[in-house]
Amino acid sequence: MNMHATAPATPPAHVTPAADPAGPPVIRLDAVTKVFRPHADAAAVTALDAVDLSVASGEIVGIIGRSGAGKSTLVRVINGLEKPTSGSVIVGDVELSALGEAEARRARRSIGMVFQHFNLLSSRTAAGNIALPLEIAGVPAAQIRARVDELIGLVGLTAQRDRYPAELSGGQKQRVGIARALASRPHVLLCDEATSALDPETTHQILDLLARIRAELGLTIILITHEMAVVKTIADRVAVLDQGRIVEQGPTFQVFAHPQHPTTRRFVGTVTGAFLPDSLRAALQPEPIAGGKAVIRITFTGPQANEPVLSRLARVIGIELNILSGQIEEIGGKPFGTLVVAVPGDTTTVAAVQAALTRLQLSSEVIGHVA
Amino acid sequence: MSPEIINQLVDATALTLYMVAVAALIGTALGLPLGVFLATSRAGEIFAAPLTNRVIGTVVNATRSTPFIILVVAIIPFTRLVAGTSIGTTAAIVPLTIAATPFIARIIESAVREVDPGLIEAARAMGATPFQIVRKVLVPEARPSIVLGLTLSVVSLIGHSAMVGAVGGGGLGDLGIRYGYQRFMPEVMLAVVVILIVLVQTVQSAGDALARRLDRRARRS
Repeated sequence: MNMHATAPATPPAHVTPAADPAGPPVIRLDAVTKVFRPHADAAAVTALDAVDLSVASGEIVGIIGRSGAGKSTLVRVINGLEKPTSGSVIVGDVELSALGEAEARRARRSIGMVFQHFNLLSSRTAAGNIALPLEIAGVPAAQIRARVDELIGLVGLTAQRDRYPAELSGGQKQRVGIARALASRPHVLLCDEATSALDPETTHQILDLLARIRAELGLTIILITHEMAVVKTIADRVAVLDQGRIVEQGPTFQVFAHPQHPTTRRFVGTVTGAFLPDSLRAALQPEPIAGGKAVIRITFTGPQANEPVLSRLARVIGIELNILSGQIEEIGGKPFGTLVVAVPGDTTTVAAVQAALTRLQLSSEVIGHVA
Repeated sequence: MSPEIINQLVDATALTLYMVAVAALIGTALGLPLGVFLATSRAGEIFAAPLTNRVIGTVVNATRSTPFIILVVAIIPFTRLVAGTSIGTTAAIVPLTIAATPFIARIIESAVREVDPGLIEAARAMGATPFQIVRKVLVPEARPSIVLGLTLSVVSLIGHSAMVGAVGGGGLGDLGIRYGYQRFMPEVMLAVVVILIVLVQTVQSAGDALARRLDRRARRS
């Protein structure tokens, strides 16, 4: 394809196919609403608004949202630290939202949590931190030792076993955090911005580790993040959270290829190069300009991404398209491209080009006009 | 200095150490749980009891704002109840402990409050009970600050112990006042001051060293 492609900075993580969607859901949220009232006379804040979410066993689901979208509340509702105002939260075969304090504590042990800032005890070594949840669960010391050794090997930190967190890098700390979350053999791993404090290279390694853990242990993983790149790399499905509501959800590739909601489009834009060069954006006008060009964004998904579409298009409609920017990358293991082109001519020509694109099974969108 | 005076100095040092040690031990035993409670009982915290928190906080402040010498004489009836007498070294331990406990409680409170709330969140997510959070997270993580705070408390107790001569408590301060001041023996006063300086310095250095050993937050050079 004749297009200026930007390869992704790092190769995508190993992606295993999604679990059988017909499998029973491990996590089910039914119309979960959470309303906060800071003081008796303060206005109520709706952090979660009728959230429905179903996560199948072995799935990696990305939940993406800007800060303030309700992500933290969603995490706390899923691990039972916060009770929903209404609706039900079912994890495994337990309805968390209906449990008393002591039962909820026990239930929480089957959900592993990974945190943005690691939240490791500075007074304990890597091994000591991994042992903490086991001590809390009252596991005998000999068993704790064996389990810690196993986990520390799993996350590749055998050499750092007796180091304190202050002596570990960010990526190593997060490995300890992941090992700790896995200690009590949870069936669900809840990652709250687990890579947001890490550099891109380390983020990639941590995501690889999560993908490997899912494959080896058959774990169900929920990734809460504001970074679309994270979701893109390993999630099977994505849910977009905006103002306490899930505004869009579906298989990762589909959400990337055909984002419906404006918030989703903005997120998708941050990773798929749909954002335009600054010079072009500045020149862009909403209305057609006499003697000017229309700027069209073409989205290539699936097999078309590997086809010589542009030259075919030039043959079919007999006009040359001027390429302004473009990018190809892999999402959920499938190629995905965006191309921004300028089409000379009036609205009829533009309509003809779009019709031709549709015939080639490409979606296109007029994003503006330039002189 | 006559051998008799030297004997007096040795005895007085021993008495001071005895009073300070016992008051510090009891003060810590009482102040540690009190401080942890103060740090964890505001609204929304793991032992949320805002009203009790406020009441205890007020009592702690009241005790701390009473000058020590006033406290010593004001609680004489209580001292008699606890120690069986209101005069002597053992009796002096009562006001010393009463003064040390709220001081230690506040210091423990601030040390515990310094612990990253993310760690409490993590422990809760693991299914820890409030007591497990205190034992496995808050106290171990606050340990370096707690050690420094207790060092400070011991130093301030050494200072307070000089005042218990007022109720026949004895010790270095008492010796300094009676011999050094009232009998015009400046060399006794000087000796008392030097011994106190050495005591405080030793306690402080030991506390600093221990806190440094316990602190794993930053790489030691």
